[in-house]
Amino acid sequence: MEAHAHHKETFITKYVFTTDHKMIAKQFLVTGMIMGIIGVAMSLLFRLQLAWPDKEWPILEMLLGKWATDGIMDPNIYLALVTIHGTIMVFFVLTAGLSGTFSNLLIPLQIGARDMASGFINMLSYWFFFVSSVIMVASLFVESGPAAAGWTIYPPLSALPQAVPGSGMGMTLWLVSMSLFIVSSLLGALNYIVTVLNLRTKGMSMTRLPLTIWAFFVTAILGVLSFPVLFSAALLLIFDRSFGTSFYLSDIMVAGEVLSNQGGSPILFQHLFWFLGHPEVYIILLPALGISSEVISTNARKPIFGYRAMVGSILAIAFLSFIVWGHHMFVTGMNPFLGSVFTFTTLLIAIPSAVKAFNYITTLWKGNLQMTPAMLFSIGLVSTFITGGLTGLILGDSALDINVHDTYFVVAHFHIVMGLSAIFGLFAGVYHWFPKMYGRRMNKSLGYIHFWVTFIAAYGVFFPMHFLGMAGLPRRYYTNTAFPMFDDLADINVLVSYFAIIGGIAQVVFLFNFFYSAFRGKKSEQNPWRANSLEWTTPVEHIHGNWPGEIPEVHRWPYDYSKPGAAEDFVPQTVPMTEDEIANGH
Amino acid sequence: MDTLLIIVVALLAVIALTQAIRIFEISSKIKGTDNDIKVNDKDNNAQGWLMLLFLIFFFGAFAWMVSEYMDLTLPVSASEHGNEIDSLWDISMGVIILAFFVTQPLLFGFAYMFRGRKTRKATYMEHNNKLELFWTGIPAVILAGLILYGLTTWTDIMFPEKTEEPIVVELYAKQFGWTARYAGGDNTLGFANVRLIEGANVLGVDSADNNSSDDIITSELRLPKGRPILLKFRSQDVIHSAYLPHFRVQMNCVPGTETQFQFTPSMTTAEMRMDNDVIEKVARVNSIRSAKGEDPWEFDYVLLCNKICGAAHYNMQMKVVVESEEDFNKWLKEQQTFAEML
Repeated sequence: MEAHAHHKETFITKYVFTTDHKMIAKQFLVTGMIMGIIGVAMSLLFRLQLAWPDKEWPILEMLLGKWATDGIMDPNIYLALVTIHGTIMVFFVLTAGLSGTFSNLLIPLQIGARDMASGFINMLSYWFFFVSSVIMVASLFVESGPAAAGWTIYPPLSALPQAVPGSGMGMTLWLVSMSLFIVSSLLGALNYIVTVLNLRTKGMSMTRLPLTIWAFFVTAILGVLSFPVLFSAALLLIFDRSFGTSFYLSDIMVAGEVLSNQGGSPILFQHLFWFLGHPEVYIILLPALGISSEVISTNARKPIFGYRAMVGSILAIAFLSFIVWGHHMFVTGMNPFLGSVFTFTTLLIAIPSAVKAFNYITTLWKGNLQMTPAMLFSIGLVSTFITGGLTGLILGDSALDINVHDTYFVVAHFHIVMGLSAIFGLFAGVYHWFPKMYGRRMNKSLGYIHFWVTFIAAYGVFFPMHFLGMAGLPRRYYTNTAFPMFDDLADINVLVSYFAIIGGIAQVVFLFNFFYSAFRGKKSEQNPWRANSLEWTTPVEHIHGNWPGEIPEVHRWPYDYSKPGAAEDFVPQTVPMTEDEIANGH
Repeated sequence: MDTLLIIVVALLAVIALTQAIRIFEISSKIKGTDNDIKVNDKDNNAQGWLMLLFLIFFFGAFAWMVSEYMDLTLPVSASEHGNEIDSLWDISMGVIILAFFVTQPLLFGFAYMFRGRKTRKATYMEHNNKLELFWTGIPAVILAGLILYGLTTWTDIMFPEKTEEPIVVELYAKQFGWTARYAGGDNTLGFANVRLIEGANVLGVDSADNNSSDDIITSELRLPKGRPILLKFRSQDVIHSAYLPHFRVQMNCVPGTETQFQFTPSMTTAEMRMDNDVIEKVARVNSIRSAKGEDPWEFDYVLLCNKICGAAHYNMQMKVVVESEEDFNKWLKEQQTFAEML
């Protein structure tokens, strides 16, 4: 293995078709960031439309062309924007961008491995993701417009180009792109699982894994078990669209013509979709929770409180996430008895979630909190995880869901609990591991500005949406002016849009800080946060194979911060136990 | 022109930021300090205080939103089961707001109290089974209550007692409008299928079916107060969702299958117009509308589409009227039956 560290690399093998997990992590991160810019920019466009529906925006015409003649947005492109915004944010930014980046970066480094189990498969995983991203972006430019059936692409709307123009070529490309994405995701996940199980260094038992690794490991298992189901759902939809089958179609008349399809069920698609779709929420969220566990413990200079309870709750959440998908379907006409079952299982998730929240809070208690930007984002994550999670108790309750299903209450809920929490986890991870990725430091003051503006703007965008939902305002409405009963909600929409614009601009600060620091930032030392885990024992300059000599041996868990009797307030995992510690039974 | 300006401003902002960072770096070099990224006591102190300030601001904003926005939310329920939903809603909301007000101060308060200091040493505590049991147990008990209450309510709504024969009405959805079909004297809807749609028979009702002749097709939904209504839903093209927010009713309309929802309207349109919240709402809306030069609005119940269904999804609506049973029967008699229509 050590020979790896010395062989010569060309530009292509080092930066493009690389098999080095650290470089692949950066590739995922930068691709995810570019997709994130597109996804967020789209949200700003439709926020303009929602707040000022009558106003002409030259910028819309410039960006959308024929879809916004005279600066007035077309309803079809509005639906396309919300669809692609959702798709990009959920899959390309928060699945690939978050999990792809940090699983790749941290799994080998934190378990003490030279690289992933298969560097080649890892490379394939990135390139499938890359091609999938290119196709998704290309779909924005087709004549009939991008997919416009919502990110959940429910048929028959997604199956019938007669019903919405986005279900033509745009939807075909969407399905192709997502199929490739699923391949990428599965290749990545299998690699993560195998690596964690087989390549841990000496002494790194499962109970000594950092919580990041537990989170990535369980996330990968969720992905392997659920993404194939989405693949089959997409495949059947491709058949319905292109080969005349009737898996999801029956008794349909559209554009004045009766279709021959008979016997299928659109609800079948929803079952398949949400069998992925709900675990997907945790595929997004768990890595963010893993990252924040690590960041909070390191910066609180305290062990994460209740390590075993944290692992247990990750496992419990993961298990439960497979038996709750029906809560997205309470009002589909599904058997009410099933509704009861799904209400029961869904509300159970609150228990492990509460355990996690309390453990985070207790980790702060009597700590010595180092308020790095990463720490701020992690604290922000805990706040949004709680705020957004709580409204899940409303939406998971079938009786209450009847009246707020598909309203802005739902938009508020899932953006706060999974959108904000996950994106804060992503930011926390970037700020925390930037020195590991680039050997340099990000600017602290810009980090603070970025956090506070983002945090306040984020709550400013999504908190008022609860009230919109309680006023009965449906989501995915191109404008709310068709119903006088929503006229007095216009002010809230203006406020929300202002916050969205402020929040969007704040990300420019981050992007600037990121790219400036990657090239011109100050050189970092080896272990800038005085952390215990193994990645900080590798040299600052990246080498293939991670450690120049032997892989270090691990003697303890990664959370011995401020341990009584230790000289410093951290004891790296590589430090052997003292006799006192062994006597105390650690 | 506007776009050009925006681009110029953005460019200037980037240049300004670069220069600002340079100044930071040079000044820290001159001062001989190297604390550019690692936090020091000053940062911890400032950020800790900001955490506390945020908490105060957050709760202040919460209170402000509740006082400003709660008036905008839906008025009292206009259906019998809706009151049950609203009680369950209030209790669930009470629980989550309580949890919100307990946990957020702990989070931000601890972030403030334990902000780092050179002289401080964190306390080493890895776990405490009693505490874990405590905060597993408490949510579990509260949830058990919420689940039981929720499931009882759900079962009451979905399996209503059969004390009285409900009036059967079909709601038919297509891009982008609604049609209602009353079952008529026999209270049984005639068979219908998209393949039978022809000319004036826009719902594809089977004229050979004996049950269909007295069906009544209308473009608005009128309902009698106090009688159970069994709504049956069909869709012609894509999935739509029949959302009646004032009645706390929602059910998807799925092509190829039939769904249903039973409820009992408890307030007529006239009664709802006299409700204080509604009077205030109408006044508020009309002052906005008159400022924009739009016609004044009179409150009506409304049926909306609440499942993305295409370009005019945002405007797929139908007026709903609840009136006394006499008025309803009188109105229904005036309508053409399906047989007469053909």
